Amino acid sequence: MKQKNVLEYLEKTVRRLPDKTAYADEETVLSFSQVYGQSRAVGSTLLEKGFYNEPVVVFMPKSPKTIAAFFGCVYGGCYYVPIDPEMPRSRIELIFKNLDPRAIICDSRLIDELATYEHNAELMLYDELIKNEINEKALADVRDRQIDTDPIYIVFTSGSTGVPKGVVACHRSVIDYIEQLSEVLGFSEQTVFANQSPLYFDACLKELYPTIKFGATAYLTPQNLFMFPVKLVEYLNEHKVNTICWVVSALTMISAFNTFKTIKPQYLHTIAFGSEVFAIKQFNRWREALPDATFTNLYGPTETTGMCCYYRVDREFEQGDVIPIGRPFQNREVILLTDEGKRAEQGEVGEICIRGTALTLGYYCNPQKTAEVFVQNPLNSRYPELIYRTGDLGRLNEYGELVFVSRKDFQIKHMGHRIELGEIEVNVNTLPGISMCCCLFDRQKDHIWLYYVGEISESELTGELKEKLPRYMLPNRIKKLDALPFTANGKIDRVSLQKRLEEK
Amino acid sequence: MEEILEILSEIHPDVDFENEEGLADRRIIDSLDIVTIVSEIADRLDVVIPAEEIIPENFNSVKALSELVRRLDEE
Repeated sequence: MKQKNVLEYLEKTVRRLPDKTAYADEETVLSFSQVYGQSRAVGSTLLEKGFYNEPVVVFMPKSPKTIAAFFGCVYGGCYYVPIDPEMPRSRIELIFKNLDPRAIICDSRLIDELATYEHNAELMLYDELIKNEINEKALADVRDRQIDTDPIYIVFTSGSTGVPKGVVACHRSVIDYIEQLSEVLGFSEQTVFANQSPLYFDACLKELYPTIKFGATAYLTPQNLFMFPVKLVEYLNEHKVNTICWVVSALTMISAFNTFKTIKPQYLHTIAFGSEVFAIKQFNRWREALPDATFTNLYGPTETTGMCCYYRVDREFEQGDVIPIGRPFQNREVILLTDEGKRAEQGEVGEICIRGTALTLGYYCNPQKTAEVFVQNPLNSRYPELIYRTGDLGRLNEYGELVFVSRKDFQIKHMGHRIELGEIEVNVNTLPGISMCCCLFDRQKDHIWLYYVGEISESELTGELKEKLPRYMLPNRIKKLDALPFTANGKIDRVSLQKRLEEK
Repeated sequence: MEEILEILSEIHPDVDFENEEGLADRRIIDSLDIVTIVSEIADRLDVVIPAEEIIPENFNSVKALSELVRRLDEE
């Protein structure tokens, strides 16, 4: 029978490799049987307490235990919502408001922190939950009821109105994605991952699920190491890491400092990257250092479950070239739509739209935003068929490969994250002492600029923003002005401000 | 020392760099900041910090960073 639940991966592997390490960080090592046991204890408790088919917040720092808690939610027939206390406070508050969860699984070290947030949920401690009895019958009953379009998780993305949107993904989409991704990147039981992405982004699907599918091992790299290139490569070698799926900035952190002259990754053979432009100079340093490794560019919005397109590098690239995003994985189609709602001609720019099983279920408790981007396929007037409009513009190059051109609106890619400049502005404008502001992006230098008019100083503003925005959304340059330029119809003149920063 | 203090203050105007001794350990600066710091030091002071010197001990305080730059400059 065809697989309908992501946990079937774990159940097959635990029989084969019970004692092998599944996930590890500096503090905790969990074998497949420990992941299996702990997650089923969590699931049993959720069921006994009467939680079912609803969001369960996992309020824990990055750890192997957090991953077992995720699976525990799925065992209980619920869906996990990762919240890491390193996320900014106002964002967490908005997420709680959107979810209004009845259940929170918390790390015992974070009880005090959690107590500072307003919620009506029942609080459960992870270390207590895993001591509970496993209720085989209840778990089997739930499995029998679950279908493959039931949700597994919600992850939150940036919203232009300043309110994050919760993307709801289901078993069927995740299974489809993991199968395609594994084939393209050639994962196996021998795969050793070093994870880089936080667990509250869907980027971590790349390590979490292939690990249980194949009986591979995933190391959760300490975040501090991404500051220190030699130490980071030492870490990869120490754990015999052979596969990494990282944001480009983590890779260039290593190559830009000529780290390869001192030390090279010894076991690494599979490198996937994405989410932003890879400077060719840096990319070529990687290829030179690891000539036998495969390099794959990945592209995909959270709304279509992980990644959607891939390009496995098969030719040389020179300065000024763009590495394509290639072609869609099997079982999904990319349609380039023109403004008139027609298919773009060969070489013509169009909006990247995606159809297929990969489409997530939409935004949680947000039918309006969902309807804006999950729309009827304009090329099909015969029966209901949804596509997701990414808001990204693309075109096909002379090789027939898809190439990313730019964003349609003010959304940018910065440090691997999708950011709405409007969301930064909304947050700045809510601060006392600010009369107006304008946020711009210097693509060449990869800097976010913030211009503002107001009574508070640049350093006060920086301090305030750190409370409100995640690190990657903080402007790199903040400039106070006496006045902002305006266009004839009274809007802030973004074009002239953009010129001003580019002339610097 | 002055110049380095200036570089750091431009990145984080709100941090009291003169009295902070755990910049890297307490994650006051992150990987993007390190990239910026190293490239600014190369641009303004003409000192290239090699990868093996990019370790927490050299980036925890303005003093440590200044000593590193002085040492590299003399070499």
